Amino acid sequence: MSLAEAASLLRASADTPAASITLRGIIKSFGDKRVLRGLDLDVAAGQFIAVIGRSGCGKSTLLRLIAGLDAPDAGAIDFDAGADVAPRVMFQEPRLLPWANVIANVEVGLGARRREADARRRALDALAAVGLADRAADWPGNLSGGQKQRVALARALVSRPRVLALDEPLGALDALTRIEMQSLLEAAWRREGFTALLVTHDVAEAVALADRIVLLEDGAVALDLDVAPPRPRLRGSPEFGRLEETILDRLLGPRRRP
Amino acid sequence: MADIVTSLKRPLRTPWNALRFDSKRLLAPAIGWIAPALLVLVWQSSASLGWLSDSLLPSPFAVLAAGWRLTLSGDLPRNVEVSFLRALAGLVVGGAIGFAFGLANGLSRASDHATDTTLQMARNIPHLALIPLVIVWFGIDEAAKLFLVALGVFFPIYANTLHGVRSVDPQLVEMARSYGMRRFELFRRVILPGALPSIFVGLRYALGIMWLTLIVAETIAAQSGVGYMAMQAREFLQLDVVVLAIVIYALLGKLADVVVRALERACLAWRPALHGD
Ligand SMILES: Nc1ncnc2c1ncn2[C@@H]1O[C@H](COP(=O)(O)OP(=O)(O)OP(=O)(O)O)[C@@H](O)[C@H]1O
Ligand SMILES: [Mg+2]
Repeated sequence: MSLAEAASLLRASADTPAASITLRGIIKSFGDKRVLRGLDLDVAAGQFIAVIGRSGCGKSTLLRLIAGLDAPDAGAIDFDAGADVAPRVMFQEPRLLPWANVIANVEVGLGARRREADARRRALDALAAVGLADRAADWPGNLSGGQKQRVALARALVSRPRVLALDEPLGALDALTRIEMQSLLEAAWRREGFTALLVTHDVAEAVALADRIVLLEDGAVALDLDVAPPRPRLRGSPEFGRLEETILDRLLGPRRRP
Repeated sequence: MADIVTSLKRPLRTPWNALRFDSKRLLAPAIGWIAPALLVLVWQSSASLGWLSDSLLPSPFAVLAAGWRLTLSGDLPRNVEVSFLRALAGLVVGGAIGFAFGLANGLSRASDHATDTTLQMARNIPHLALIPLVIVWFGIDEAAKLFLVALGVFFPIYANTLHGVRSVDPQLVEMARSYGMRRFELFRRVILPGALPSIFVGLRYALGIMWLTLIVAETIAAQSGVGYMAMQAREFLQLDVVVLAIVIYALLGKLADVVVRALERACLAWRPALHGD
């Protein structure tokens, strides 16, 4: 099967609707340190939202709560589709099982359905969609950093999630691989239509990918910007640059330049 | 683009790798055998030239002859079989108990609190010091040898299984949980494979202790086995048989090592560091 065929197959069967996310009064503390202080956030179904903020402001904490890896101390997290959303997470590290070959790692992403008869075929389709079908039998240890992250993306997407949460998944990649991965991610999102929540420290990345950018500060949403430019976005366009400036000014304070 | 690079690299890389791998596979073991072969040669020549008295150290040839004689009489195969089965039984019993406790204490805090201190204390008792007590308890029965070998093998397997389970990458466990793996599946697909390298380290230690324990136990308290054969021979001043027994122990030890290496290669094929050695 060619890559294009695989992609159209995936599009044709895009029957799982995205889920909207509603956060109300989220509070989360670690010991004495209150990280999230009554955070409210509504994410529309199918939206691509980027969460930025200074290091340690609680971005990962927020993502882990949404992904169900941690529970909030107070507040409610709801998905419109009910409890069976099973948000998928992509971490900064690929977190592949080193003792399982690439295809088996992708199958892990099928969750409870990994024992079904067509698990292998679905995993292969997902792997083809990230351009790594020819590495199915390899050990993860023999892949480059960017290839590992692509396998992790295939694993996150193979179950056709309604919500995908990404915690700086491209942070450790070189600039070129990063741009490749960004287009891969954008293509997957446009094809599958899931709700994407991307934590990133790279403002340019947020502007390039997201419909909406949220700045997290003092445990709550401090800035909420809609990103207008049509896709695919051209890096270096004036609009792009202005947006980046606005956010950086807000992040660092306007006095950062002489 | 990354794909183009890899596809360009591949045809170039394969033959070179194959070449290097082959030469390593063929040459390295051969080099390893040069020293032992020289040693045997010097040993044989010294004996042939009369520099080495038969009553101190029989020649390799005499040892081989003794081996042939005892093989024909059936003594050697019988004793080797007895020793081998004793070693295996002790390893299986002690290893299984150590493995079970290692897993239990690695996975369950309650089990760890309940038993780890006791088990760590047991480590400080040199198990060979128990021989007099064991003879009182079990006589020179099979149970005595089984008990000693199992006891000796237990600790390295226990400690390394425990360490292996505890050192499994928590990020992988979190990932697996987020994809819905629970209990047995999590254990089989993440925790056990993650602990396996450490368990193999324990197994290698255990094999060394296994042979050592068996040699001592068979020498002191046995009616059969390679150690017993050596002690009998000493009484009749058959030094060739004594040396033969030592050689047999060495060969059995080597065999165990080869088996573990093969197992390791099969089970830990994913580890990039595990080439050759
Ligand atoms: N498990 C934990 N135990 C204790 N403190 C924690 C824990 N997880 C996070 N914290 C603290 O909560 C705060 C927010 O952490 P978080 O990881 O969410 O930050 P972040 O915004 O993702 O930062 P970065 O951009 O550096 O990844 C930090 O001060 C951190 O020390
Ligand atoms: Mg973080």
